[in-house]
Amino acid sequence: MADPGRLERLERRVRELEEELAREKRGRAAARARIDTMSAEVTDSNPYSRLMALKRMGIVKDYEKIRTFTVAVVGVGGVGSVTAEMLTRCGIGKLLLFDYDKVELANMNRLFFQPHQAGLSKVQAAEHTLRDINPDVQFEVHNYNITTLDNFEHFMDRISNGALEEGKPVDLVLSCVDNFEARMAINTACNELGQIWMESGVSENAVSGHIQLIIPGESACFACAPPLVVAANIDEKTLKREGVCAASLPTTMGVVAGMLVQNVLKYLLNFGTVSYYLGYNAMQDFFPTMSMKPNPQCSDHNCRKQQENYKKKEAARPKEEVIEKEEEIVHEDNDWGIELVSEISEDELKAASGPVPELPEGISVAYTIPDKEENSITGETVAESEESLEELMAKMRNM
Amino acid sequence: MADAAARRAVAELPLLRAPAGPRDREGWAERLREEYRALIQYVENNKRADTDWFRLESNPEGTRWSGRCWYIHELLRYEFNIEFEIPVTYPGTAPEIAIPELDGKTAKMYRGGKICLSDHFKPLWARNVPKFGLAHLMALGLGPWLAVEIPDLISKGLIQHKDK
Ligand SMILES: [Zn+2]
Repeated sequence: MADPGRLERLERRVRELEEELAREKRGRAAARARIDTMSAEVTDSNPYSRLMALKRMGIVKDYEKIRTFTVAVVGVGGVGSVTAEMLTRCGIGKLLLFDYDKVELANMNRLFFQPHQAGLSKVQAAEHTLRDINPDVQFEVHNYNITTLDNFEHFMDRISNGALEEGKPVDLVLSCVDNFEARMAINTACNELGQIWMESGVSENAVSGHIQLIIPGESACFACAPPLVVAANIDEKTLKREGVCAASLPTTMGVVAGMLVQNVLKYLLNFGTVSYYLGYNAMQDFFPTMSMKPNPQCSDHNCRKQQENYKKKEAARPKEEVIEKEEEIVHEDNDWGIELVSEISEDELKAASGPVPELPEGISVAYTIPDKEENSITGETVAESEESLEELMAKMRNM
Repeated sequence: MADAAARRAVAELPLLRAPAGPRDREGWAERLREEYRALIQYVENNKRADTDWFRLESNPEGTRWSGRCWYIHELLRYEFNIEFEIPVTYPGTAPEIAIPELDGKTAKMYRGGKICLSDHFKPLWARNVPKFGLAHLMALGLGPWLAVEIPDLISKGLIQHKDK
C-alpha cells in the first residue's frame, strides 16, 4: 500500500457520510450534544446523574475518572458488543474495538446488533450504535483478525499507543473472543507488553462462563495452565455434540459481559474486590472464584520474564500487612511420557497425564499436558536435508 | 476421534523439531522447511497407499496456505478448495482450516467456513507441541472431518457431484 493513511482517512469519511445518511433516514437530528464535564445534577437530560450518585453514596470515590480511561475490546460478538455498550453507557474515555467478522442474521439470538445491520462489519455497526448512545466516548475500530502476522503487529502497536493520549498504552485489554487461537494471541501480546488484561469466555454448550484478570508476572497467564473450564455438571453421556459446534444463549453471554464490566469498573475506579477468576455455572447457579499464581514453567518465555520482574519489584517493596491467600499451581510428578498418537484411546485422553493445578470445586482443566522435561521426542523427526525452501515448494507443487 | 486409518497415517509421519512461529524469522525459515518435508512425505505415503487426498501450497513467507482436498464417495470424487493462515501463536495453536464453499451448509463449521474439530483434537495438539505440524493437522483434523461430514452432506443433497 502506497499511503495507508489515505485509506484510513477515506474509510473514516465513508463512515461519517454513512452516519449522516442514517441520521437523515431516521428523519431526526439524533444524538445529543457532547458533555464536557460529568455532572451529578439529577435532571432528565443528564445521562450521568445516576452514575455520579455512586459518589454521593460513597461507593466510588471519583467516578469522573472513568473518562480518563481507555479500554480495548477484542471480539465484538455476543459478549464483546454488550461489554462495549456497558462501558459506553458508563462514560468510558475511549474504546478500541477489534473484530474481523460481519453482522449476520444468525447472530440475532444475541444482544446488541439489529437485523438491519446484517452485512456490516461488527466494529463499524457497533461504532454507529455506540456513538449514538454516548457521543462523549472516543472510538477507534479495527476490522481485522489479530492472529495473523501483520495484523498482530498492528494490534500490539495500538495496545501500546492507543490511549486517549496517543503514544500511551491502553488501561485494559478485554478478551471477548470465541476461540483459543485468538486468546493465545492476546496472551502473547500482553505478556510481551506487560499489559494488564481480562479474559472472558462462554462454554460451547452455552451454560457456563468465566472471567479472569491477568496481570503479567503476578497472576497466572492464559498459557500458564491448560484451559480452565467451569464444570456445568452435565453428564458427558447425555451431552450430544453430534452435528453442531457450539450453542449460544443471550442470557449467559449477558451475565458474563456483566461480570466482566463489573470487574473492569472495580479495577479502574478502585472499589470493592477485584476478582482474579470468577466462574459461572448456569445449571446450578454456582459462581466459583479463585486466584492462581503464574507457572514458573509457563511455555511463554515473556510470562516467565514478567514473573522475574514481578519478583524483583516485590522484593524491593516494603512489606505490607495484607496476606493474600492464593492457590498455587501444584506440579505433580508425571510418570507418563509423551502421548503416542497411535496408542491413544478416549479414556487415555481423559486420564490425567500431566500436572493439574489445584483448583477449587467447580473449576477444572479441559485437558492436561505432560511436563516439558519428560516430553522428550519419541518417534522419528523430519530428516535433515540440504534442500532449500524454494526447492521444497517446487517439489510439493509438482507432486 | 481420528479413526484407525488416520492414526496409522500419523504414526508414519515424521515429527517436527523447530519450535518457531512466523514472528521468529530465522526459526520460522527452518520450521517451514520441516513443514514442507513432512507434507511431502505425507503425500508420498498417501500415493504409495493409494489414499492420495490433498495438495497444499503456501505464499513465499509460508503464512498463507491454500490447496485442495478430495473425498471419494461411492466411486465419485468430490473436490474442495481449502485455505488457512498461520496464526502468530503457531505451533502452540493449530491453524483453523476453512472450506469456504461449504460455509453455511453444515453446523460443524464456524463462521467463514472454518471446520470445527473434535474435542479430542485440541488436547492432542497441545500435548504434541511443537512436534505436530501441518501434515498432522491434515491427518487428524481435516481428514476425519471430511470422512464424517462429506457423506452426510451428500446424503442430504447439500453437495452434488460436479458431473451431475
Ligand atoms: Zn504464563
